[in-house]
Amino acid sequence: MGEQTIEADVVVVGGGNAALCAALVARESGVSVTVLESAPVEYRGGNSRHTRNMRCMHETPTNVLTDAYIEDEYFSDLLRVTEGNTAENLARLVIRDSPQAIQWMKSYGVRFQPSLEGTLHLSRTNAFFLGGGKALMNAYYAAAHQRGIRVLYNAEVTELHIRDGKFKSGRLLLNGQPAEFRAKALVAASGGFESNLEWLEEVWGEAARNFIIRGTPYNKGKLIKLLMGQGAESVGDPKQCHAVAVDGRAPKFDGGIVTRLDCLPLGIVVNKRAERFYDEGQDLWPKRYAIWGRLVAEQADQIAWSIIDSKVMGRFMPSVFPPIPAASIRDLALALALPAQDLEATVREFNLAVRPGRFDHQILDDCRTEGLNPPKSHWAQAIDLAPFYGYPLRPGITFTYLGVKVNERAEVQGLGSRTNVFAAGEIMAGNVVGKGYLAGLGMTIGVVFGRIAGREAARAAAQ
Amino acid sequence: MQPLSNLIAEGERLMVICNACRYCEGYCAVFPAMERRLNFSETDLNYLANLCHNCAECYYSCQYAPPHEFAVNVPQVFAQIRARSYQNYAWPGFVRVGAWWAVTAGIIVAAWLAGARSAAGANFYAVISHEAMVATFAFVSAFILAAYVAGFLRFWRESGESLARFFQPSTLLQAARDALWLKNLDSHGVGCTYPNQQHSQARRRFHHCTFYGFLLCLASTTVAAAYHSIFGWQAPHAYFSVPVVLGTLGGIGLLIGPVGLYWLKRRRDTAIVDIKQDSMDMSFLALLFLTSLTGLLLLALRETTAMGTLLRIHLGIVLGLFLTLPYGKFVHGIYRSAALVRSVLEASRGKD
Ligand SMILES: Cc1cc2nc3c(=O)[nH]c(=O)nc-3n(C[C@H](O)[C@H](O)[C@H](O)COP(=O)(O)OP(=O)(O)OC[C@H]3O[C@@H](n4cnc5c(N)ncnc54)[C@H](O)[C@@H]3O)c2cc1C
Ligand code: SF4
Ligand code: SF4
Repeated sequence: MGEQTIEADVVVVGGGNAALCAALVARESGVSVTVLESAPVEYRGGNSRHTRNMRCMHETPTNVLTDAYIEDEYFSDLLRVTEGNTAENLARLVIRDSPQAIQWMKSYGVRFQPSLEGTLHLSRTNAFFLGGGKALMNAYYAAAHQRGIRVLYNAEVTELHIRDGKFKSGRLLLNGQPAEFRAKALVAASGGFESNLEWLEEVWGEAARNFIIRGTPYNKGKLIKLLMGQGAESVGDPKQCHAVAVDGRAPKFDGGIVTRLDCLPLGIVVNKRAERFYDEGQDLWPKRYAIWGRLVAEQADQIAWSIIDSKVMGRFMPSVFPPIPAASIRDLALALALPAQDLEATVREFNLAVRPGRFDHQILDDCRTEGLNPPKSHWAQAIDLAPFYGYPLRPGITFTYLGVKVNERAEVQGLGSRTNVFAAGEIMAGNVVGKGYLAGLGMTIGVVFGRIAGREAARAAAQ
Repeated sequence: MQPLSNLIAEGERLMVICNACRYCEGYCAVFPAMERRLNFSETDLNYLANLCHNCAECYYSCQYAPPHEFAVNVPQVFAQIRARSYQNYAWPGFVRVGAWWAVTAGIIVAAWLAGARSAAGANFYAVISHEAMVATFAFVSAFILAAYVAGFLRFWRESGESLARFFQPSTLLQAARDALWLKNLDSHGVGCTYPNQQHSQARRRFHHCTFYGFLLCLASTTVAAAYHSIFGWQAPHAYFSVPVVLGTLGGIGLLIGPVGLYWLKRRRDTAIVDIKQDSMDMSFLALLFLTSLTGLLLLALRETTAMGTLLRIHLGIVLGLFLTLPYGKFVHGIYRSAALVRSVLEASRGKD
C-alpha cells in the first residue's frame, strides 16, 4: 500500500488553543483546513487543556470581568514582569485585541464563568473558562467538526520542506506510519519544548531528570527545531522556563493544576540537609509562586519540603496529595527521611527568631523573623502546634520560553520575505513575554495570534 | 455492586482531586458544596451524590478523565453512591420491588375488588365501588407517604440541620425553584451533556413532561375526589370537565416524557452512568407510561364493554406503580430536592 499524502490549503500543526483558533479563522474564509495533532483524541488540546483563564483588557465591567483593566495598566504589568523583554508592538496588539478575542470565542460556543458567580474567582484581570481549558477545547473541536475542518490525531509532524521562505510539504507520523502533507500555507502552533526530556537535560543538565512536567507529554519542540534549522530567528531565552514548586508525588507528566502547593509561605521550606534556603514570606504568593520551581531546582537532588504546623491547616487551597503528618518535628524528619537533629535545629532556630505580630496571610503582615538568615519577611509564625505536616516539593515545568520570532502578521521571521509560514501560541509567546510571566497571558497570546495566523494563512493560501 | 467501603473511598478520592482543581465550580451546585468542605465522609458523599443531577458536564470537561491516570469520573461514581444511599435511607428497609410483580399484585387486587361485576356507559363505580377504591388508595398512599417522610428524615438527619431550617421559606423557595426548573440540568441555558457530549435540552424537557404530567394526573385525581366528596358530583365527568382535561394533559405528558427519556437512554454514553441501575429506571418509566396509556384508553373506551376490563388493568397498574414508588427511581426526587434545600442553606451561610 502506498504512503498517504494529506493535502489542504492550510495545514495547522498542533491541537491546542492557538492551533484551533487559527484553523477556525482560516476556515471562515472558505479555504480547506487540516489540523495535525500529535496527541490521541483523549489527550488533544496540549497544555491549553490544563488552563483555566485568560487575561483580558476591558474598560468597563463585563459579565465575565469586574471593574476595569485598561491597556496602559496591562502593558505596565507586562513591562514589570518581563523587565522590558517584550516587543511593544506585538504586546499592544495582544492587549488591544483581547476584548474582541473573548467575543469571537463566544461566537464559537466557548463559555465563560459569570463574574458574579463563585466567591473565589471574582476576577478583574482574568476571564475564567466555564469548566476550564478542556471544556474550551471541546467547544473549539465541536465547531471545527461542524465547519468541515479535518482533524487528524496521532499525527506528529517530523519534517518541513521550506525553500526561499515558502513551505511546500512536510512529513509526519500518522498513527505511527510515515506520511506526507502538502499545503499552500502552514501555521505552526505546536507549543514549547517542555516535555522533551532530552532537550531539557541539554539545557539544565542532569538536574532536569528530576523535573516534573505539569502539562502534556506531546510538546517536544520539534517545530521549533525544524523552523530554526530552516533559518527562523529565535526569541526567548533557551535557558528559561516557567517552573513552580509542585508536589513531589505528582506524575511525571500531565498532573496539571492539582499538584501545585500553596502552603509554602505559611511555613518553612527546607532542603535535603534540613536547611532553609530562601525567604518564604518575601512577597504575596501570587507574585512569588513562580520562583520556587527554580529555587527547588537549585537544591541537591532537586527536592525540598514544605513544613507547616496545625495552625495553618485549612488556610490554603487544598492539593491532591495528603500532607505527611507527624506528632513531633523529630517524627516528621523520620517520615520525610530528613536528618532529624538538623530539622529540629532549623525549626528551633526559626521559632526563636519569630517576632510577635498580627498574622494575616491575605496581606503583607508584620509577622517576621529577626536575625535569621535567610529571613522570613511575612507570615512568620512559630512552628509549634502538633501535629506537624510535610509536603515534598519538586520543580514543575509549566512551559519554556524559546520560540520563533514573528511580526504583526504572525509571519515567522528569518525564512524569507512574505513567507507562507506563520506561528501562534507558545511557540512565539517569547516575542511578548521574553521573561517572567503574567497569569493568563499564554492563552490570550494564543487566541490573538492564532486568529492572526489563521487569517494570514488563508490569505496566503488564496493567492 | 462494589463493596461500600471501596465506593466511598473512590468518592473521597475524586472529591480530593476536584477540590484541588475546582475548574467545574460554575457547572452545578455540587462543586460549590464541595468547596465548603475539606474532608469527605460517607454522609458528605451521600449528600453530594444526591445533589448531582448526572448532567455529565464535569466528565467531558475533565482533564483527568480516563484514560488519564487520575481517572476522574464524577457522574458515574456519584450515580453508584446515590443508588447505595437510596438503600440506606429507605424505610422500613430497601425492598427491591420488581415492576412485573407489583403490577401483577395490583391487578389481582383490582380484580378481587371488582369481583365479577361488569358495567357499561362509563359507570366505573358499578365495577369497583367508590368506597373500595378510596379505602385501597388511601391505605396505599398513607403507606407511601410514611415511607417518604421516614426516608426524608433519615436523609435530613445526616445534614445536622434542624427541621425548622428545612422549612425556612426563603431557602425552601429558592430550592423549589432550582428543583422545579431543573436548573442543574440547564447549564446556564444550553442544557446538559446527555445523551452525549453535545449540549441539549432534550433530557430536561422530557423530564418536565414526565414530572409535570405526573403532577397533572395527581391534580386530576384530587379534583375528582373533591368533586365527589364535597359536591357529590360523580365520575364519569364530561370530556371538558376539569378532572378530565387535567388528566388528559397529564396523560399526554406521561406518554411523551417516559418515551423520550427511554429514547435518550438508548443513545446515552454509558461511560457516565451506573448501568446497574437501568432496570430500576426502566421499570419506573414503563410503569408511568402504562399508567398513562391505560388511563387514556379507559377515557376513550369508557362507553364500551371493554371498560370493566380496562378499569381493572388501569387500577392494577396504578397500584403497582404506587407499590414501587418508595423503593424505586421515584425516590431520587425526594433526596435530590432535600439536597438542594441543604445546598441553598449552606450557601446562604457561607463557609462552615
Ligand atoms: C497546568 C497548567 C496550567 C496553565 N494555566 C494557564 C492559564 O490558566 N491561563 C493561561 O493563559 N495559560 C496557562 N497555562 C499556559 C498555557 O497552557 C499555554 O500558554 C497555552 O496552552 C499555549 O497554547 P498553545 O496552543 O500554544 O500550545 P498547547 O496548548 O500546548 O498545544 C500544543 C499542541 O501542539 C501539539 N504538537 C506538539 N508537537 C507537535 C508535532 N510535532 N506535530 C503535531 N502536533 C504537535 C501538541 O500535541 C499540542 O496539542 C498553563 C499551563 C499549564 C501546564
Ligand atoms: S471533574 Fe475534573 S475538571 Fe472538574 S473539578 Fe473535578 S478534577 Fe477538576
Ligand atoms: S455530573 Fe453534572 S451535576 Fe453531577 S457533579 Fe458533574 S457537573 Fe455537577
